[in-house]
Amino acid sequence: MKRFATWGVLFALLTPFMIVAAPALSGAVEQQSMNMTAIYMFIAFVAGTLGITYWAAKRTRSASDFYTAGGGITGFQNGLAIAGDYMSAASFLGISGLVFASGYDGLIYSIGFLVGWPIIMFLIAEQIRNLGKFTFADVSSYRFGQTQVRTMAAVSSLVVVAFYLIAQMVGAGKLIQLLFGLDYWIAVVIVGVLMMVYVIFGGMTATTWVQIIKAVLLLCGATFMAVAALNHFNFSPEEMFRQAVEISPKGDAIMAPGSLVTDPINAISLGLALMFGTAGLPHILMRFFTVPDAKEARKSVFYATGFIGYFYILTFIIGFAAIVLLAQHPEFFKPEALAADGTVIKAQLVSGINGGTNMVAIHLAEAVGGNLFLGFISAVAFATILAVVSGLTLAGASAISHDLYASVIARGRSNETTEIRVSKFATFGLGLVAIGLGIAFESQNVAFMVGLAFAIAASANFPVLVASIFWSKMTTRGALIGGFAGLISAVVLTIMSKAVWGDVLGNVGADGKPVGLIFLNNPAIISIPISFVCIWLFSILDSSDRAKIDRAAFDAQRIRCETGIGAEGASGH
Amino acid sequence: MKQTTVDAIKDHPRYQELVCSRKCFAWNLTVIMLAIYYGFILVIAFAPKLLGTPISPGAVTTVGIPVGIIIILSAFILTGIYVSKANGKFDELTKAIREDLQA
Repeated sequence: MKRFATWGVLFALLTPFMIVAAPALSGAVEQQSMNMTAIYMFIAFVAGTLGITYWAAKRTRSASDFYTAGGGITGFQNGLAIAGDYMSAASFLGISGLVFASGYDGLIYSIGFLVGWPIIMFLIAEQIRNLGKFTFADVSSYRFGQTQVRTMAAVSSLVVVAFYLIAQMVGAGKLIQLLFGLDYWIAVVIVGVLMMVYVIFGGMTATTWVQIIKAVLLLCGATFMAVAALNHFNFSPEEMFRQAVEISPKGDAIMAPGSLVTDPINAISLGLALMFGTAGLPHILMRFFTVPDAKEARKSVFYATGFIGYFYILTFIIGFAAIVLLAQHPEFFKPEALAADGTVIKAQLVSGINGGTNMVAIHLAEAVGGNLFLGFISAVAFATILAVVSGLTLAGASAISHDLYASVIARGRSNETTEIRVSKFATFGLGLVAIGLGIAFESQNVAFMVGLAFAIAASANFPVLVASIFWSKMTTRGALIGGFAGLISAVVLTIMSKAVWGDVLGNVGADGKPVGLIFLNNPAIISIPISFVCIWLFSILDSSDRAKIDRAAFDAQRIRCETGIGAEGASGH
Repeated sequence: MKQTTVDAIKDHPRYQELVCSRKCFAWNLTVIMLAIYYGFILVIAFAPKLLGTPISPGAVTTVGIPVGIIIILSAFILTGIYVSKANGKFDELTKAIREDLQA
């Protein structure tokens, strides 16, 4: 049972964009006193981004402006924005916290998050740019029956976005409560309202620039922290590791793989979900339509991979340095973690830290840069959440307006003005839903939700996308059944896992600890193959008239996909 | 796209060269990346002590640290290799196909 518990905690801590890790969720968050420096810096960020939104609003007229910033973002800018989508408050706080607690295991997770990017580059980035217009459903439904395949893609997009958004909103509320001393519901409303303003008025242009600014701030902040921390060790990693091993309660175990060792199946399943889930996230895929052509799409993945990899190396340094540097600052620990002489008790180093291990990077910011830098990093963490929820909401709104409304309900007979209006209403609606659910789920365990979002993206979106691009014999029926099979199996297997069956639904085993019906924590190792097998089986068995149309259209699709011929007008500019 | 255009491009030798070389190249790189990552996961699963060996006698730094950094770098380098070839050779082939179509 112990290994399941360890896994649950690890998973909760590490799922990207998760600030809602177990420690923060299980107990009441202690509200901090108002941090005025942080609040001023955050107000400066909001004022700046609202200025950008005003500028973007004047340029946003057509549907293409709204969904894709008119396709006028360069590869470098888009690379930064993609990196911004990925470097969430949680990968920053969660991974540095995990390195602090478990050392090397943190690096293993970082690597899992990163290696999806080369796969996106080799298999789907430029293909998506050449085939699609506004949403990834444009690509997965390119040669298929529009009503069915688009409905399926839009439904799975919305499910992914919904789980992600709830987890983000709850995490945002908790983090802001902790950092700024605001009430939970006020924090959720601020995030929800600002996100609606960015998306409704500024569309993709504003969302992209908010993401770029935040990515630059976060990279600069993390670089400063890592350099300032390494300075304490005369820039010798060996010296840093040596002192960390002396101080950490786990000793030299932090220099080698730890709790992942016992369970290869779960390790591989999580690896699959991370790697292929990244390639199926609607808000990430949508980014490829903001660049003018395939060449810039490729460049953007290259830059994004570089920035993300660099960022993970920084979080690794930050986590290790924090072991040594935070131990010298008893003020960051709970009173019960301190010995009579006021020093930190070795065994309490991880469990005794104020606010849990998610706060490690924040405490280190104060330790190396004082109150001003603490304010800066807190403001960046807030900005990060805002930027990520804006991207998610825009992706959800376009699934509603572009896929469900324009293609399915209006069957292609709507005009651009109506479509934009629908997407703005959809944004407003999604914003209200996100605020409502964010408040409703305050004291719920939402740790499983991001894992589920990744699993659905990997099991429903990714297989249909890849098969539709590469497999000529695929048909509408195969896409439809394969996509829904992946979606349903990912959801059902997640419900049966310990994180939901035990932790959320309260089923306990003989020893009184939460249990799951299956031992898998992430369904990807089963649900991805289910989806691919259904696509294959129901496509080859399909002898309908529609199937003939689907297969006949492959050559034209392939040519456009490979050469970009016919794709020039895709951006509308 | 008209069927005649489709057939014209499909039979174009440059197009066949483009499709074939890109396919091989992209899948080879994919296999390399998957092999590196899942090789790493399998070592973690079955021989974790390997990664916990010190890089030199008496050192605290273990083999796992440079291995991890190298995997991160390899992801970046592999995407770089793809971009340089795609933005060079593949784009030239595409351009040649377009020019032939217009001629």
